[in-house]
Amino acid sequence: MSASLLIRGGRIVDPANGIDAVGDLLVRDGRVAAVDTSGGLNAPEGTPELDARGLVVAPGFVDLHCHLREPGFEEKETIATGTRAAARGGFTTVCCMPNTHPAIDTRATVEFILGQARAEGAVRVLPVGAVTIERAGRELVDMSELAEAGVVAFSDDGMPVADAHLMRSALALSRVLGLPVMDHCEDQSLARGVMHEGRVATALGLGGNPAAAEDTMVARDIFLAELTGGHVHIAHLSTKGAVDLVRQAKERGLAVTAEVTPHHLTLTDETIAGRKGLDGGRHDGLAAGNAYDSNAKVNPPLRSQDHVDALVAGLRNGVIDAIATDHAPHTVVDKLCEFDLAEFGISGFETALGNVLALVHDGRIGLPALVERLTWGPARIIDVGRTGIGTLGVGAPGDVVLFDLDQEWVVDAESFASKGKNTPLDGRRLKGQVVATVVGGSVAHAARDTVMAHGR
Amino acid sequence: MAVSRVVEERPAPSELLGTEPRRQHVLDLDDFSAAEIEQTLETADAMAEVLGRQIRKVPTLRGRTIVTLFYEPSTRTRASFEQAGKILSADVINLTSSESSSRKGESLVDTARTLEAMGADIIVLRHSMSGAPYLVARHTSISVINAGDGWHAHPTQALLDLHTIKQRFKRIQGLKVVIVGDILHSRVARSNVWGLRTMGADVTLCGPPTLLPTDVLEAFGKAPGGLAIETDLDTALDGADVVMALRIQHERQTAGLLPSVREYIRCYQVNEERMGRAKETALVMHPGPMNDGVEISHGLAHGARSLVESQVTNGVAVRMALLYMLASPGVES
Amino acid sequence: MREKVIMTADEIRRALVRVAHEVAERNRGGQDLLFVGIRTRGVPIARRLASYISDFEGIEPPTGSLDIGLYRDDVTSGVNPVLRQTDIPGNVNGKRVVLVDDVLFTGRSLRAAMDAVMDFGRPAQIQLAVLVDRGHRELPVRADYVGKNIPTSRSEEVRVRLRETDGEDLVAILEQGAE
Repeated sequence: MSASLLIRGGRIVDPANGIDAVGDLLVRDGRVAAVDTSGGLNAPEGTPELDARGLVVAPGFVDLHCHLREPGFEEKETIATGTRAAARGGFTTVCCMPNTHPAIDTRATVEFILGQARAEGAVRVLPVGAVTIERAGRELVDMSELAEAGVVAFSDDGMPVADAHLMRSALALSRVLGLPVMDHCEDQSLARGVMHEGRVATALGLGGNPAAAEDTMVARDIFLAELTGGHVHIAHLSTKGAVDLVRQAKERGLAVTAEVTPHHLTLTDETIAGRKGLDGGRHDGLAAGNAYDSNAKVNPPLRSQDHVDALVAGLRNGVIDAIATDHAPHTVVDKLCEFDLAEFGISGFETALGNVLALVHDGRIGLPALVERLTWGPARIIDVGRTGIGTLGVGAPGDVVLFDLDQEWVVDAESFASKGKNTPLDGRRLKGQVVATVVGGSVAHAARDTVMAHGR
Repeated sequence: MAVSRVVEERPAPSELLGTEPRRQHVLDLDDFSAAEIEQTLETADAMAEVLGRQIRKVPTLRGRTIVTLFYEPSTRTRASFEQAGKILSADVINLTSSESSSRKGESLVDTARTLEAMGADIIVLRHSMSGAPYLVARHTSISVINAGDGWHAHPTQALLDLHTIKQRFKRIQGLKVVIVGDILHSRVARSNVWGLRTMGADVTLCGPPTLLPTDVLEAFGKAPGGLAIETDLDTALDGADVVMALRIQHERQTAGLLPSVREYIRCYQVNEERMGRAKETALVMHPGPMNDGVEISHGLAHGARSLVESQVTNGVAVRMALLYMLASPGVES
Repeated sequence: MREKVIMTADEIRRALVRVAHEVAERNRGGQDLLFVGIRTRGVPIARRLASYISDFEGIEPPTGSLDIGLYRDDVTSGVNPVLRQTDIPGNVNGKRVVLVDDVLFTGRSLRAAMDAVMDFGRPAQIQLAVLVDRGHRELPVRADYVGKNIPTSRSEEVRVRLRETDGEDLVAILEQGAE
């Protein structure tokens, strides 16, 4: 019988239910049927099995923020390729941003995406609706209609909602719908550059975006959340100032949540300098490594180490609710050009886990806490119907990821399932890799044949 | 009668060889050691002899092709490279493009690959965007000379500035050099900071706070020479040996970085009166093109303390030296 | 590594004095003569020759120095080439130019040096003086004045050391893999 599966002998980490123990997990008819950490489960005859010994078994990851590019930019990604990449990264639910063409600002577009996802998607796709028509920042979309069609949040991602009055209205209306407004916080009159403003931008002669451009917008959004009682979700937090502001907002009991990307947690603006001799005296006279690597051009920009440290601390202590990939695939041509002209974005699904597990290996966050930020943390923000995604509770969708905490591998962008090969991590060694991804009890991705045991 | 004796193994000494590994590109001065800068200036000195000959032509780069690829208007830098290449007998092809700032037209990488396929040995690239020469260097096998990229670097200008300073002062070590003006947008300032400090000069950057980049003191790493920031010009000029004025662009005013040109002149124009704070022997430089009477007073720019003309003359010799370094057949080691 | 000494300081001095006499004899006592030393070690040898001539003729011929880097066709090396000053005093037109080098080997440096001198004008003659001729010519070049002919194998290395550049006067052959 399909959509049933027995996962044997793994370390089950289910933060929502406080479980971290070796055991078996049974999925029947697409839903979690039993979790046993005491002796061993019996499954009906013929149930397929996965051998999870030595692996971590966790709820499938939930990504609040990605770009699947369809409709409109199918040369960069499609729902088919994007969700296959997501499955390879251990994600079983992904929220796709509305900066498509057309933007996700009508019921028709929402239905198109959901239809494509049903037909071709490897994982669950939850669309995020635009806040304003064509994301132009002028008129609000029909929010209740989009909510009914199935959007799980509103965002003009890529663009902030610059008009404070409009943002106030959006928060007030989305409050009634019980959905968050996700904001890309950036004061664009202050952020005119292409990377983080600081010593690296100064040395490279690239225009800088000061951290203050994010901080001021986060502060505004928090005050508007307070004013309206609406739920504002800060997308891809990247500054220490913003972490502080979110912490204060939470202490005051406001409906403010936040996400951070794997790259902002692990990379700094130095990545853009490559091997260029910022410390002087270096003599290679060659192409200076990958200086001006446009694959490290992303918005918000990779920032300096002090910001990274604050983000990691914020993730650890729960100020930041979720890790979101901001998976932003681009074509080679979009990136093979002058740094100033290159598109912003990193193809992030397939490196996300290996990237953030570095924080666990370095002892900067515990494994259960990290898993929480990839599962229940984001699920709480968008799962208004409480379907149980992000957990392994009995009755929850049978969405499971199996990963090897210690497997070392080298990133090879060319081998990505995503059409976007744009990653500054290409060629880097990561520790920790997804072995299998299960969606609704069916295997959506399996990296090793060995995990597929025969049913008995 | 033949005598035998034991000697230590060492390469045959030759003054004709440098000590630095053979360079493929000139992208910035941040990867030039003091020894390499010294050798470049020495070679430029020897090139000056060729420039003084009746027939200014040597066969060194016969059969080599140099392409000057300029995406930004420039008269002196392009002409200077062209002359340098021709005196060394290279074939020089000049290409200019005004499509640089758009995504239309052929991409920079495609253009460079085409030139590579045509057999170009050196691309001399001027581009309005920082890092463009690195892109070409990474995606072709041609030698790239950065003739100015965005706000980032202008290494040949900085080398000719170093050459000019050394010619007059017989040293660079220990001099106080003040660079005045729009540091934020200046590739000349950035390359000079690397070059001057590597050679042991103390550099002070002076300009309005809106035109000084963030974290300057952290951006340029460690070097023998010091680095300081000063927003008050009179204080900056105190005890200066060399004062370098940078071109001020009128766009800075509309971009909200400067109240007015009048206000800039009031606070930051380098003129005779202000030079009173510098050493008596102090000289002034300007990378050109000059806004006569704006960042530098007319009298000073064209007076006895001005090195502006020497800068232009030295430009050709320094560029010949770099072309020789990158493209000459070389000598047996 | 061992080296076999071929010429001592005394032998070098005697050889150069003899060469100076030959040059003077062939060039009417040094009239219109211009010594041009090829960098590096041709330069001090040229100066010594000029000074010996002044000892017995009473006038010292002018001496220049030449870096042939701009005229070479040799293989590329692994280090940056550096060009030193070329300094040819006065005008070479109508002069009897004596090129001076330490070792004559393939003749390629000489070819480059002749091209360089021609770029300065039209000398009446170009002659060549070398301290050592070790054979193995690759071009039709011969020396007019030779301090010492040293038969060598192609793989051997001849080292000339001079007071001005190396602190001692010595010519030696490097013996590869000597006992």
